[in-house]
Order: sequence, then C-alpha cells, then structure tokens
Amino acid sequence: MIDAMTSALLLVGALFALLAAIGLLRMPDAFTRMQASTKASTLGVGCLLAATALQLGDVASITRAVAIGAFLMLTLPVASHVIARAAYLSDAPLWEGTVVDQWREDAERPGSGHESTEHSRSAPRRPEAHGG
Amino acid sequence: MLELMTQVTLVILALALVLAFARLVLGPTLPDRIVAMDLIGVLTAGLIVVSAAATAERAFLDAAMVIALLAFVGTVAYARFVERGYGA
Repeated sequence: MIDAMTSALLLVGALFALLAAIGLLRMPDAFTRMQASTKASTLGVGCLLAATALQLGDVASITRAVAIGAFLMLTLPVASHVIARAAYLSDAPLWEGTVVDQWREDAERPGSGHESTEHSRSAPRRPEAHGG
Repeated sequence: MLELMTQVTLVILALALVLAFARLVLGPTLPDRIVAMDLIGVLTAGLIVVSAAATAERAFLDAAMVIALLAFVGTVAYARFVERGYGA
C-alpha cells in the first residue's frame, strides 16, 4: 500500500518537474518562463518530498522532508518575485502577445507620482541610473 | 514496482535537468539564465531527495536542504546584480 502511494507520488512529482523544464524551454519570454518553472517545480519537488517521507517513514526523515518542503514553499515565490522584478527593471523583452503591463501604465499615468521614480522601466537605456 | 518507479523518476528528473541546462545555454537574456539556474538547483534538490528514498540514506536529506538553501541565496544575489544594471 505504502509502496503504491510512494510510486504514484514519485511519478507525479517527476512529471511535474519535467513539465517545469519543458515550460522553461518552450515559453516565449523570461516572465512566462519564470512562472512556469516556479509553479510546476514547487508542486513537483513537494510530491517527491512527500514520497520520500512516506517511504522512509521515521521521525527524523519526515521532519527533514517537511522542513525542506516548507523552506521551498517559502523561498520559491520570493525568488521568482525577485527575478521578475530584476528582469523587468533590466529591460528584458516582453513577449509580443503581452496584453497587460500595469507597471508601465502606472508610471505613465500623470499625477500618479511614479513618473520619474528610480523604479521604472526605461524606454531608452539609462546608464546613468545604474549607480549604487 | 517501487524499484522500477524510482529508476523512472530519476531518469525523468535527469531529462528535466538537461532541458533546464539547454535554456541555461540558449539564454538569450541574463534573467532567462537565472531562472534556469534556479530550476537546476531545485531539480538537483529533488534528485537528491529521491536518492535518499532509493538508498534509505537519511543524510542525503540534509544535503538536499543545503542545496535548496544555496539555490535560493544564489538566485537572489544574481537578481540583485541584474537589477543594478550590470548584467544587461
């Protein structure tokens, strides 16, 4: 019974991890790649951890598996947010089919207070804004 | 059954690592490569976790924890580097 559940969890986790890698390879720009790889890899490694905890079954292993899982669930969204922000601010190209770019809309709306902030995507490159 | 499924899982994870490495080589921009490095770190942690289940070696779980931690710290460091405009 435990063997069957472990096998199923291992297969599901591996397939989600593969899906993350395929998404990373096939998606058109850095932002869609980031979201595909992060979401699928969270679930994939989560399933692998559940399978390992189930298979080993002692307190030390389950504790470590839960700790790794909690750590990944906490850090992967933060990492993907930081990557997306860095990609946007470093003028990474958006996919030509992109519909919504709310950061730009906010920056271009007059009186929003965001027009000339440091944190905006530059249409031409601004090498002088790169200090410190 | 479980033996076979573990082998299949390891092969699929290795294939996923190859695909992520292809994106790391292809780029085209630095953020793409950072995303690929992040995924490679997470997949390596997953591979070690499955190895821990396959060999019943508990110490591998500690290694997986360390690799997951280092992948996160490395990703944040690279992202800060790109955000300041050095990598474009």
